[in-house]
Amino acid sequence: MRTIPADIAERFEVGPLVSKRADLSTLDVDAKDVPELLARLRDRHGYRHLSFVTATDQIEEGVFVLTYMLHNHADNHSLGVKCRVGRENAVMESCHLLWEQMWTYQRELKELFGIDFPGSPRVDESFVLEGWIDIPPMRREFDTREYSERTFPTRPGRSTKDPATHMKEKLYPEAL
Amino acid sequence: MSDIKFTRALADPDHALKPAGRPGPLGKPLVLANDGLPEEEKAWFCDAYPTASGPYKGILENFLNWARSKSLWILGFGTGCGAIELRPLMTSRFDMYRFGIQPRPTPRQSSVFVIGGYASVKTLKRIVRSYEQMMGPKFVVALGSCTINGGMYWDSYNTINAIEHYIPVDVYIAGCMPRPEALLAGFKELQRKIRRGECEGAVKYAENFEWYKANQKKVIHDWNMPDYNY
Repeated sequence: MRTIPADIAERFEVGPLVSKRADLSTLDVDAKDVPELLARLRDRHGYRHLSFVTATDQIEEGVFVLTYMLHNHADNHSLGVKCRVGRENAVMESCHLLWEQMWTYQRELKELFGIDFPGSPRVDESFVLEGWIDIPPMRREFDTREYSERTFPTRPGRSTKDPATHMKEKLYPEAL
Repeated sequence: MSDIKFTRALADPDHALKPAGRPGPLGKPLVLANDGLPEEEKAWFCDAYPTASGPYKGILENFLNWARSKSLWILGFGTGCGAIELRPLMTSRFDMYRFGIQPRPTPRQSSVFVIGGYASVKTLKRIVRSYEQMMGPKFVVALGSCTINGGMYWDSYNTINAIEHYIPVDVYIAGCMPRPEALLAGFKELQRKIRRGECEGAVKYAENFEWYKANQKKVIHDWNMPDYNY
């Protein structure tokens, strides 16, 4: 049974350590504490590997949940550090000084969710979308089907006829 | 240049080329606006409209079409997941070289453009650029459901639904994915069409240039290349 290390529990206001699997746990933390907590986990607790950073859009609660997934190679354990950022004008502190590859994830989050990371390198450049002019497409209020129908012309599909109605129209038009 | 005919209506007049690009008085050459380029780069690129060359008829053209059908050089540009089906074609089991089909590294050297499945908007920009750089007569084979009606990406925010709105297509190969056998059948059909003199995609592109260009500019918002990339 894993527990939160004492030095983290006394420095940060962290939620309970939720164990998802034997090798995977998550930890809720306040957004302003994330850079210090990540640095401490990396330097003192062996979570030296950044697996990924991702966001989930909790539109009902009006927040994005950011997950920083760290990995400890020494005891084969992954720890997801989760924090909540408001959806309106979402801004999060950049952590690219801890792991250099972090700025790529942050650039992706800026483009696909609209979460800004001030100071992160090249965060305002386009990542996978070029010349995107709508709201960020991974936000849940973005209707991808409506956007596709509005933007990309499609070919007309085949038309089919119900045999019963078709024959009735042909043979007994007065009955309809 | 004065023999260009604009036969089809513009899909969306708002995205049409600037009036400066329309035919002027007699004797005045047509000039593309090249609005996407910075001012200092405009002199580097061509600003002429494509000219329609052909379609030609006659015995000599029949012979040339036969020769073209026996020497299909594919542009080595895998534009989607379908490009993976081109690799087995090169191997001894399917052996596309027996039909005179072989990949070439640059658009200038190739005559067949294989659209390998879905095309995102980002890829479409490169497709347009490569297609325009190819020398005529040029042929387009679109493989996979995605090029026909969007396929499994029919409601994607970033994937176009019908490739024929952006470049002319000669042969479609349905399937997701089409097997190498289906690709060979498609190439054989392309050869038959070429021999019949029906593959005039480059002429169609030049004649309906404004329609294609308007469609392209409607989805490619950061147009930072010449209007015609020859």
